[in-house]
Amino acid sequence: MTRQPKIQLIDIHKSFGHKKVLDGVTVDIGTGESFVIIGGSGSGKSVTLKCILGLMRPERGSILVDGREVVGVPARQREEVMKKFGMLFQGSALFDSLPVWENVAFGLMQGRHMDRRTARRKALEKLAQVGLGKDVAELSPSELSGGMQKRVALARAIAAEPEILFFDEPTTGLDPIMADVINDLIVKCVRELGATAVSITHDMHSARKISDRMAMLYHGKLVWVGPTADVDQADNPYVDQFIHGRADGPIKMEIRH
Amino acid sequence: MFLDFLQYCGRLAIFAGVAVYHCLRPPIYFRLIGTQMLEIGYFSLPVVGLTAIFTGMVLALQSHTGFARFSAEGAVATVVVISMTRELGPVLAGLMVAGRIGAAMAAEIGTMRVTEQIDALTTLSTNPFKYLVAPRLIAGLAMLPFLVLVADIIGVFGGFLVGAYQLGYNPATYIHSSWDYLKPMDVVSGLVKAAVFGFLISLLGCFNGYHSRGGAQGVGQATTNAVVSASILILTTNYILTALFFNK
Ligand SMILES: Nc1ncnc2c1ncn2[C@@H]1O[C@H](COP(=O)(O)OP(=O)(O)OP(=O)(O)O)[C@@H](O)[C@H]1O
Ligand SMILES: [Mg+2]
Repeated sequence: MTRQPKIQLIDIHKSFGHKKVLDGVTVDIGTGESFVIIGGSGSGKSVTLKCILGLMRPERGSILVDGREVVGVPARQREEVMKKFGMLFQGSALFDSLPVWENVAFGLMQGRHMDRRTARRKALEKLAQVGLGKDVAELSPSELSGGMQKRVALARAIAAEPEILFFDEPTTGLDPIMADVINDLIVKCVRELGATAVSITHDMHSARKISDRMAMLYHGKLVWVGPTADVDQADNPYVDQFIHGRADGPIKMEIRH
Repeated sequence: MFLDFLQYCGRLAIFAGVAVYHCLRPPIYFRLIGTQMLEIGYFSLPVVGLTAIFTGMVLALQSHTGFARFSAEGAVATVVVISMTRELGPVLAGLMVAGRIGAAMAAEIGTMRVTEQIDALTTLSTNPFKYLVAPRLIAGLAMLPFLVLVADIIGVFGGFLVGAYQLGYNPATYIHSSWDYLKPMDVVSGLVKAAVFGFLISLLGCFNGYHSRGGAQGVGQATTNAVVSASILILTTNYILTALFFNK
């Protein structure tokens, strides 16, 4: 797993107005690796993924995908780079003007010009993998529950079998059994399809199950990066507090002024 | 304040430039253009038709009472047809469509923005300008002239109804004087205006939606801005175009 890194973040800075969200994030993510980012709510995990995807532009720093700079590339080149990615958004972000199956098949039909019939078959296949049947395929996304929407969004992210998968809280809002099905699916995408995965999660059980390596984001920096097996002996007070979910420790919640 | 306005104009101009560029470059989504044409052209017909017929009727009535003061009632038909085709057809149809379509576009695209659907489009290798903006611009540009042509016909017919059945003009004479003084330029200038207005309505609907932020309130704001700015721009460019066309 130590060939050329798939994704390299070098000293990424991003702020909104006066609010500094990312303050020098540096990390290498290897090809075929499953990487998990943990961290408190509002610490900038989703922003990190959006910076890599070019949906937000960092003020400073450099992001390399397969060794090529992606910050500030022109739109047409960006479309090419995007073909490598599949993204599950935290809020699902399904197209509510299209039925479920067209949502899943969207990347196949638009990006890869697959014909509708084949794309539909493929979409049904992916929906089955996330535990959704044929009857759901014709519904509109607004007719689904939150957890079902999340699973459709997951099916959409993996439909084109991209090289790099980003999952923003893939198991939030799912029951424990379905969460485990999704965990297995993510592991399968990485192990069998050889994809590189970056996931964000608050669910430590899921994080341990799907990740090869973990990183913890706190105050705009990665305060700890290491193999999943080491997370319990991390000897890092932030990580320690986070994985045990304790209210007191070095991470102060902003509720106690 | 003034700087803000300039900045707004600059952003709008850049947005328009990028959008037009993507209208001309493949891939072009014909299915989406078709859907938008149906939405803008066909489903606006009732609103535009009603506006036009009552405008034509009231125009005939007003010019009749006005012209009666200096015994020029013969000019009523001509006044109706010229005002309809040159000014009222395009402007009123434009304003009605701005309220109907501009608002809908801003709300739809704005919702897509705040629910990250536009970001999702990008991650699926689809350019939002090509997929969302270009079809709407093309459909607006193409369908407004069609709507205005319909509005012209219905408006003139409304004037005819009032003239012939209420004011007692001879129907044959009325039709003659409508037709005889009408120049092709009157209609063509109206249709050119319509195309410009259609483009502006779609442009402002998309622009405001695309740049909306901050949840439901932001989308509401975008919708209002789309309609207000489109209406103002329609009235302003209407004056400019009239001055250009009929400036002798
Ligand atoms: N578009 C935006 N405009 C302004 N501020 C933003 C924007 N997006 C994110 N932020 C700010 O950036 C910070 C990090 O947001 P982010 O969504 O990355 O958090 P997160 O780590 O994903 O949290 P969660 O676990 O709750 O999803 C937040 O404080 C948020 O207020
Ligand atoms: Mg988040």
